[in-house]
Amino acid sequence: MPVSFTSQGLPVWRRRTTRAQWLQYIAWLAGVSLFLLCWKMISDNTMWVFVEDAGRQGADLISRMTPPEWGYANVLWKPMWDTLNIATLGTALGIVMAFPVAFLAARNTTPHPLIRSAALMVIVSSRSINSLIWAMLLVTILGPGVLAGIIAIALRSIGFVGKLLYEAIEEIHPTPVEAISATGASRMQVMNYGVLPQIMPAFAGISVYRWDINIRESTVLGLVGAGGIGLQLNASINSLAWDQVSVIFIMIFATVLVSEWISARVRHAII
Amino acid sequence: MSEQLEAPLTQMKAQARQQAAQRGEWRRLPLIESARLRWGLAIGAVIYLFLALASVEVNWARVSEGAGRAVNFLGAFMQPDFISRYDDIVAGLLESLTMTLTSTVLGVLLAIPVGLGAARNISPLPIYFVCRAIIAVSRTFQEIIIAILFVVMFGFGPFAGMITLAFATIGFMAKLLAEDIEDLDWRQVEAVRATGASWWQTMNHAVQPQVMPRLIGLSMYRLDINFRESSVIGIVGAGGIGATLNTSLSRYEYDTSAAILLIIIAIVLLCEYSSSHVRRWTQ
Repeated sequence: MPVSFTSQGLPVWRRRTTRAQWLQYIAWLAGVSLFLLCWKMISDNTMWVFVEDAGRQGADLISRMTPPEWGYANVLWKPMWDTLNIATLGTALGIVMAFPVAFLAARNTTPHPLIRSAALMVIVSSRSINSLIWAMLLVTILGPGVLAGIIAIALRSIGFVGKLLYEAIEEIHPTPVEAISATGASRMQVMNYGVLPQIMPAFAGISVYRWDINIRESTVLGLVGAGGIGLQLNASINSLAWDQVSVIFIMIFATVLVSEWISARVRHAII
Repeated sequence: MSEQLEAPLTQMKAQARQQAAQRGEWRRLPLIESARLRWGLAIGAVIYLFLALASVEVNWARVSEGAGRAVNFLGAFMQPDFISRYDDIVAGLLESLTMTLTSTVLGVLLAIPVGLGAARNISPLPIYFVCRAIIAVSRTFQEIIIAILFVVMFGFGPFAGMITLAFATIGFMAKLLAEDIEDLDWRQVEAVRATGASWWQTMNHAVQPQVMPRLIGLSMYRLDINFRESSVIGIVGAGGIGATLNTSLSRYEYDTSAAILLIIIAIVLLCEYSSSHVRRWTQ
């Protein structure tokens, strides 16, 4: 225990040793300097004139957004349906692709370590690229539309579902697997009767969770042309029709709340 | 009452299953127990799929035209071009990284008071509701939607991006921090309080040591998320590598886009690796 002595020779308790204390000071100094350096770079690239009148701009924005132009909601039902389709079909497609990838990536079910690292590579690259970037790529390849959105969501979901699912596979009980292999079952049969029943609840939970996230993400995919309500959002922003934008925001807010509620209910029922 | 009834019922079901198995009619347990719900969900899914697929319009001519571009793009991944737009890439990356760091620091600093306020066991009810409302607003909207609003308010550039990411960080960190505080070991708080400690001293010596490892781990995780997000909010003008990527894609310079994507993947991998290292070290 770090103890120092007063001039009378009495021991005094301290939280850290002298060395640890100094190291801590130096770490703080380095961290704060790094932060200030970054702050300076941002501040150099900022037009402070625009920041100074942010309050006025914000008030102006709010005054333009209210009252919402409720009539515009009638135009939005079809884009909203498209958005839901992008999220749901994208999730379904993503799950279908993630399922085999997860089995290849889990340490206890992979056929070969080399295949495992390839599967992990797929998962990592899918996870590190945002669905909006996937959508940008796919819009240039497939052309604007719902299809690009569906595939973008699917590609992004592979990494998420794959990662959580392979972690679930690695955490299964080995006993049922051993019991079924002992009956002389083939590799596929062991997967089917030993592994699959153990991961099914986790799998359903992960899928619903990802669906909920995808609903949020699909609302903005239209900003890069990949269909859904984001297209209308982009159009309204470009024409500075802020009263329409607020209607869109309210619809997005409501949809996200409902999807979150459904996902929470389903996950609660499973667990 | 219902629990008492259920126990013999499940026992009866188990016996029925065993008898069926002895007759050679074994079937595995379904995931959803109620047959009506199971079939209802399946039929609903089929009807939905039919309706949804019917409403998806695909321009196959455009898709086949794009196939050539897809091949070009895959080819570009084999030969990424880091050189010809070197300056733009470096400037964009620096902007993204500085935005990531400052926004995480600001966001975490602001999230701590909000998180303390949103923990039901240490804050009074009015403060609890205010803090929960802040969390709900910050979590519902996508970063990019918030970025649109902040770009209008603060002008184009990394400042708007930083504010956006900091705002999103508040909701994320405060929610997880509040949950962590809500299930902390209450005996330590009582022990510190029993010595006559003030509110600040209780926080500092009873609450903080318990949540600190997780707080550091979450901050590292959020740093990672903020970098990923900073690579897209450039699309709406909030600075960072996203703007460079968007420009290169619309100029059909796929080799530059491939280079940027590879850099993003590499940095995310590095972040993930170091954050798992830091988490192991703090726990």
